[in-house]
Amino acid sequence: MTTKMFGQRVPRVEDPRLLSGQGRYLDDLGHDALEVAFVRSPHAHARIVDVDVSAALDVEGLVAIYTYDDLDGRTTEPLPLLIPHPALTHGRTPYALAKDEVNHVGEAIAMVVASDRYVAEDVVGLIQVEYELLPAVVGIERSRDGGDLVHADVPGNVAATMVQEVGDAATMIAAAGHRATLSLSIERSASMPMEGKGVLARWDPDDESLLMHTSTQTSTSVRQAVAAKLSLPVDRVEVVTPDVGGGFGVKIVHPWPEEILVPWAALRLGQPVKWVEDRREHFVSSAHERGQLHEVEFGYDDDGHLRGLSVRFWHDNGAYTPYGLIVPIITSTQLLGPYKPGAYRVEFQSLYTNTVIVTPYRGAGRPQGCFVMERVMDAIAADLGLDRTVVRERNFIQPEEMPFDHGLIFQDGRPLIYDSGDFPASLAKLKALVGWDDFESYRSAARAEGRQVGIGVACYVEGTGVGPYEGGHLRIETDGSVVVSTGLTTQGQGHQTMLAQIVADELGVSMDRIRVTTGDTRRFKYAVGTFASRTAVMSGSAVALTARKVRAKALRIAANALEASVDDLEIVDGHVQVKGSPGSQIDLGAVAVLSNPLRYAFDAGATRATQFAAPADPSVPPVPENDQPGLEGTDYYSPLRSTFANGMHAVVVETDPETAEIKILRYCVVHDCGTVINPMIVEGQVHGGVAQGVGGALYERMEYDAAGQLLNASYMDFLMPYASEVPHIEIDHLETPSPLNPLGVKGAGEAGVIPGSAAIAAAIEDAEGFAIAAMPISPSELFELRRRHAGR
Amino acid sequence: MTTASDPASAEALHDVTLTVNGVFQQLRVPARRLLSDALRHDLRLTGTHVGCEHGVCGACTVLIEGRPTRSCLVFAVSADGASITTVEGCLEPDGTLGDVQQAFQDCHALQCGFCTPGFITTITAYLEDHPNPTEDEAREAIGGNLCRCTGYQNIVAAVVRAAEIRRERTAT
Ligand code: FES
Ligand code: FES
Repeated sequence: MTTKMFGQRVPRVEDPRLLSGQGRYLDDLGHDALEVAFVRSPHAHARIVDVDVSAALDVEGLVAIYTYDDLDGRTTEPLPLLIPHPALTHGRTPYALAKDEVNHVGEAIAMVVASDRYVAEDVVGLIQVEYELLPAVVGIERSRDGGDLVHADVPGNVAATMVQEVGDAATMIAAAGHRATLSLSIERSASMPMEGKGVLARWDPDDESLLMHTSTQTSTSVRQAVAAKLSLPVDRVEVVTPDVGGGFGVKIVHPWPEEILVPWAALRLGQPVKWVEDRREHFVSSAHERGQLHEVEFGYDDDGHLRGLSVRFWHDNGAYTPYGLIVPIITSTQLLGPYKPGAYRVEFQSLYTNTVIVTPYRGAGRPQGCFVMERVMDAIAADLGLDRTVVRERNFIQPEEMPFDHGLIFQDGRPLIYDSGDFPASLAKLKALVGWDDFESYRSAARAEGRQVGIGVACYVEGTGVGPYEGGHLRIETDGSVVVSTGLTTQGQGHQTMLAQIVADELGVSMDRIRVTTGDTRRFKYAVGTFASRTAVMSGSAVALTARKVRAKALRIAANALEASVDDLEIVDGHVQVKGSPGSQIDLGAVAVLSNPLRYAFDAGATRATQFAAPADPSVPPVPENDQPGLEGTDYYSPLRSTFANGMHAVVVETDPETAEIKILRYCVVHDCGTVINPMIVEGQVHGGVAQGVGGALYERMEYDAAGQLLNASYMDFLMPYASEVPHIEIDHLETPSPLNPLGVKGAGEAGVIPGSAAIAAAIEDAEGFAIAAMPISPSELFELRRRHAGR
Repeated sequence: MTTASDPASAEALHDVTLTVNGVFQQLRVPARRLLSDALRHDLRLTGTHVGCEHGVCGACTVLIEGRPTRSCLVFAVSADGASITTVEGCLEPDGTLGDVQQAFQDCHALQCGFCTPGFITTITAYLEDHPNPTEDEAREAIGGNLCRCTGYQNIVAAVVRAAEIRRERTAT
C-alpha cells in the first residue's frame, strides 16, 4: 500500500543536491560568458550632462560600453508599469539606462561588457559622468510638503491617492462613546535575499533564439517582457529560473533593467553575457519596502467594540512605480485583520522620493497594517482597563460569520471576502501556548529580581493564493516515472517536494518516481509567478487537477488492457490493479506504452504498442476521436478569489532597566493556513518569516541621509539578524480548510513576518508602560523614549 | 558605443597550487583574483557561494588547513600551497551526504540553500573540537553566518543532530 504523503513531514527532494554543492544558481552558470558591470549614479537626483568614456577605451578586456544613446527599438522606452490602477494617475517607470536624469543613487547610467567582472569594474571606474545636481527629496515628510519635486511633471510628488470606505466612518466615530487618535510609523527594510539578482543570456544565431537564465520569481512574464522589448517573436525566447537563493518579493519585479540589457547585449555581441548583482548594487538598485506614516482615528464603545475606524496613510514608493499600488492597497485592506471595524474609511497617498523603488517584500504592506490595527486594539484596552485579548475577542469576526465580506476590493481586484478561519479558537490556543493568564505572576517574580518584562500579542489575516491562475503539466513516461511541471518559480520553499507529495497521492506513485520542474518556460509557458503565498494554493491545486485527469486516462487504458471496468481499478505503488486482486495488474509504464500507438518498436516494451502486436478494432482509428497519444495532461486552477490564512503571535520581552537593551524571551505562534501539505516546510516558512519580523522590529532600517545617500548599504551596517538575534520559536497549528480549492489549503509563505513589529511593540509597551508608535526600535530610541516619558 | 579589439587580460598572472578536497590543482591567476572566484570560476567548484564579498555573511566559508575562512577575503595567491575543503569535500568518501549535510536534511535546516555551504563547512570544523554541543553552544557556533530563509532554529537543531550522526558513524 502506498503511504499517504499529503500532511507528512516528508524530507525535501531538493536537499541532497543543494547540500552537496551541486545546486545551480545563476552565477554557477556561464563561466565563459562576458561579464557586465554598471556605472550607477552616485547622486540621488541629478541631470546627466555628459558621459565621457575616453579614458576607459584602452583597458584590455573591454568589449563594449553602452549608454542610453546606444539603445534601439523598444529598449529606448521606459520600462513597463506592471500593474496599472485607475488611482495611479501619475505612474512613472525608469529607462533601462538613465536618459537625461537620475532619480536615485544606484540608477544605472552606463553598461560595461568585458572579459570578466574585474575588468568591467575597472572600466566603470574610468568613465566620467558630469552631473547637474537637483534637490533630493528624501523621506515622506519632505515628499509630502511638495516643495521640491522628484519628477518635474508630478505635482506634489503624488503618484496616487486612493480612498475606500464602508459605512460612514466619520459619523460612527463621532457618535462612539470613546474616541482616540494615533500617529504610527514604520521604516524601510528590504527583502535582502542572500543571493542577489543575476542574468545570463545566450543568443544562438543559427537557431535565432534566445536562452536566458534569470534569478526571478516569474520566468514566464520575464519571457514576454524580453520578447516585447527586444522585438523578438515570443517563441524565440525561453527563460529559465535556475536555483534561486531567496526572493522574498524583490525578484517578482520585472523586467529589471538588467533583464533587458543583458540579453540585448548578448544579441548584439553574439556572445553569452552575464551580470551578477553584488551586494552594494542590491542595496541601491533593487527594491525596498515598508516605509509608511499613518494617522489613525477611531471610536469605540464602553465594552471596547470598535465602532468606526479612519486611517490616512502616506506610502513612500521611492523613485518609480513599476509595481503599481500593490503594497499600499494591501495595507489598506489587510489592516483589518480578524476584526470587524464598524465603519471603515481608508485613504492613502503614494509619494515619490529620490530613493530606491518600493515593491513588495514578504508581508507586502501587511506588517504596517497589522501594526496599525493592533496598536488600535491595545490603545482601546489601555484606555478601558481591559485585558488586551478580551478586546480582541470582542472585535473578532466569528466563525459562524464566515464567509465574511468586508465590502472592500482586495489587491487582486476582487472582493475582500474571508473564506474561513476560527479566530477565537486561534487566540485560545495562543493564550494557552504562551501562558497568557499566568503572565502577571511571572512579571512579579521577574520584578522581584529587578527585571522588567512585558508581553504582547498581535493577530493578522493574510490573503493568500492570489489569482489569476496557475497550471500544471504531467506526463507518465514509459518507464513509469512521472514528470511534472508548473510555470511558477521556486526560491527555497520546497515546491518540488510539496508538489511531488500531491502527485504521489493523486496518482498512487512513490515520491522517488516523480520529478518536478518549476520556472522553466521550455516546459510550461503559462504562469503568473511566485508571490503572495500562492504556490501551494495555485500550483498545488493545478497539479492535483492535472494528476486526476491523467489518472482517469490511465485507468481507461488499463481497463481496456485488463478487460475490467474502470470503477473496479485502483493504482497502488505505480501499478493499476483490480481492487482486491493485485494479481491482475499493469504498471503505469506499460499503460504509457499502450497510450501511444506505434509503428516502430525500439525495445521490448514498445513492441506492445506496435500495429501488429494485438488485434485491434478496425472500425476505430488507433488514436480515437477526442483522444491524444501519450499519458499526459495539462490543467489549470483559477479561483474565484483569494483564500485567507490567519495567525497570532505572542511575544515576551525583557528590557534592560539601564541600557534599554531589548531581549526576546519567548516567541509563540499559532498559525492557520488551512490543510497542511508538509508541516516541516510550513514551520520552516514560519521560522524564516519570524526572523524577518524580528529584524524589521528591532534591527533593520535603510539609513538615508538628506542627500539621498544610503549610509548602510552593506551587510556590515544593515543589521540583519544572526542566530543570536532570533529567539526560539514555539508553534501550534490550527487547520481550518479553505472551501475554495480542491486541497483545502491556504498560503503560508509570508505569514511569519506579518505581526512581528506589532507584537514586539506591544510587548515593549507592556514592559515599559508607555506607548510605542514607531518601529523598528533600537535600544537608544527606547532609552530616549524613557527619558521623554520620565520628563513628563 | 565602443568595442575593444582583444579581450585578453594584460594583468600579470601568478602560478598558484592548491589542494582542494584532496585534489592537487594548479592555476594561473591575477594577483587580485579572490579565492572565492578561483574556486568557483576557475576550478568550477560552485558549491562555495558568495553573498556579500565583504566578509560578513559567511556563505563563502571554506576550510583552509581545517580552519573556517571566508574565501571572499582571501586572494587566491595568498592561499598558495594550502589545503582547502569546500562543501563538495564534505561528502562521505562514497559520495553520500556527510554527517552535517545529512543532519541539515533531517532537520530541514535549509530552504534556498544559498547560505548552506558556509554553514556546512563551519559546522564541520566546529564539531572537530566540540563533539557534543548543547543547543546554546550550537547557536553560538553558527553565530557568524547569515541565513535569510530559515530563522536559524532548524540549523541549531542540525548542529546537534550532526554531532549525533558523527558519533554514530564513528562508532560503527
Ligand atoms: S561572501 Fe564572503 S562573507 Fe559574504
Ligand atoms: S537557506 Fe536561504 S539563505 Fe539560508
